[in-house]
Formats: sequence, C-alpha cells, structure tokens
Amino acid sequence: MSTQEAAAIGLTHGGSEDTGLGNRGPASKSIVVPYGFWLFVLSDMILFSALFATYASLAHATDGGPTSNQLFERGTVAVETMALLLSSFVCGLAVIAAKRRDMMWTQGALLVTGVLGLVFLGLEIHEFAGMVAIGAPPQRSAFLSAFFTLVGCHGLHVTAGLLWLGTMMAQIWAKGFQPHIGRRLLCFSVFWHALDIIWVAIFTIVYLIGTLP
Amino acid sequence: MTEHQDPELLNVAPGAPHDSMLSETMSYVIGLVLALVLTGISFWVASTSAIWGPGVAVGLVVLAIAQMGIHLVFFLHITTGPDNTNNVLALAFGVLIVFLVMIGTIWIMGHMNANMGPSPEMMNLQMQRG
Repeated sequence: MSTQEAAAIGLTHGGSEDTGLGNRGPASKSIVVPYGFWLFVLSDMILFSALFATYASLAHATDGGPTSNQLFERGTVAVETMALLLSSFVCGLAVIAAKRRDMMWTQGALLVTGVLGLVFLGLEIHEFAGMVAIGAPPQRSAFLSAFFTLVGCHGLHVTAGLLWLGTMMAQIWAKGFQPHIGRRLLCFSVFWHALDIIWVAIFTIVYLIGTLP
Repeated sequence: MTEHQDPELLNVAPGAPHDSMLSETMSYVIGLVLALVLTGISFWVASTSAIWGPGVAVGLVVLAIAQMGIHLVFFLHITTGPDNTNNVLALAFGVLIVFLVMIGTIWIMGHMNANMGPSPEMMNLQMQRG
C-alpha cells in the first residue's frame, strides 16, 4: 500500500489532514453530554435485563405461596401504564417548549409530567403495600423476591426521576434557559423515556404473561 | 467534506427534537397514538380466548418489542439517519448484551431446572453412590 493510499483512508498523517479521528475535533457539548447519558441509559437497560432474566428464571418458584395469577390485577396495571406513557409524552412536549424558551409551557408540561409520574408511583406503592398485607412480602418466595427486586428497581428509578424533575423545574425557573440547563433537561427526558421503555417490558413479561390463564 | 461544514449537522444528540415545532409535536403525537394502540392490543391479546393459547405469550413479547421500537423512534428520535450513527451503534451493542444476558440465562436456567428435577430421595441415593 502506497503512502498516498494509506493517507486516503486515514491511516497516516502523510499528505492528509485526516488523522483517522476526524479533522473537525471533538463534537460540541450539546452532542457529547446527551450521548454520554445515552450510554448510561443503555447500561441501565443491561442492569434491568439481568433482573428480567432472574425474574423469568424464578417466576414459578412460589414455594407454595401466592402465584402471579392470584396477586396481579390487570386494571391497576393498565392505569399505571397509561399514567407513565402520558407522562413520557408530556415530557417530550416540555423539551419542545424549552427549545422555544417558553417558560410557562415548559414548567406546565414538566408539572404534568411529574403529577402523572406521582400517580404511577402512588399506584405502585399501593400495590406493594397490598401484597405485603395479604402475606406476599419479598421474603415469602423466590418468585416474590425477584418480583419486588425487578419492579421495585423500576419504581426507585421513577422516584429518582421525580426528584430530578423537581430539581430541573427549580433550575429552569431560577436560571432560565441556559445551554447547560437545556442539556440537563434533554438528559432527563432521555431518562424518562427509557423508564417507559422498561415499563413496557415489565407490564408485558410480569403482569400480562404472569396473569395468562 | 469541507472544514467549514457545521459539525452539528453531522451528529444529533439522542432525544433531541430537531425540526419545526409542528413536525416535532407530530412525532410525539404519532408515537403516543401508536403506543396506545399497541398497549391496547397487548391487553386484548392477553384476555381474549380467540388466539391459540401457547401463541399468546409469544405475541405479547412481539407487541412489547414493537412498542419499544415506537418509543425509540418517536420519543427518543433514534433513527437510521446519517446523523444518528453513533446513537444507533451504541443501541445495537446494548441490545446485543441485553439479548445475550436474557436468552442465555433463560436457556441455561431452564435446562438446569429440567436436569435437576429428581426428588430429594433420589438426590440422597445419588449422593450415597458417589
């Protein structure tokens, strides 16, 4: 291979400005920050895949205790699903409004996002408390341990997301639409949409398949 | 590729809407409608008796994967466009690991359950023989 050919495909510096790393330098922060956060979200999904695999392995290890068919209620799950899906949708609208620097619509949409998230979380806590009350706490069987770990981990993520959401609303209110605040808001929306994606897997694998006749 | 080209045009951040306000909003509305339809079908498939029993679980998983795709495209704006290559590659690697972990675990643990099924008495006999 001649030096010229090597340069043409970016292997050397000779005769070309292309170092093989791109000659434009690193991408701007508005790209790098959300991209790095996207990598975190993907690693979070890998964490959840381990919890899903655990749950799938232990779903029938009920040790004579209550089974998924006896415990889960589809009605509650449908409402939880609606709340989280609409929350995710309104969060997207908040990002659109924030891009236009519209304070009222941004804060309003974020508020609706948070309220719908709280509805989801309230229903989930109510469900967990009800299960513990009828003798189905995490220590009852391997199935219930895996269930509370998987769904509880998602619930913790939603809780953390709600705290983050409140912080974002305060920051936007106090500091306005500065570039770094915008990046944080974008990262939050990626996080919130990802939680909805994980919930799709949970309501399908845990609740719907778990309550098939 | 000239040096004066705006690097912002070559990359786009995941989740970043980038168009006119109407088309951005439409993207979310389309995503919401499709997600609602798929959720509705999922709940219907789970409760109907019109579908062959063993096929229901498979159908539900397919519907869930479809809905995740809808969320990725319309909410997170992960597309196959040239400005999205980095995001798609990272996603592809993530999906690879997720499938390896889940299918590998379910496969191996399923066989473990099938192979380690004997009753406690049988286990005792085997222990004594060994």
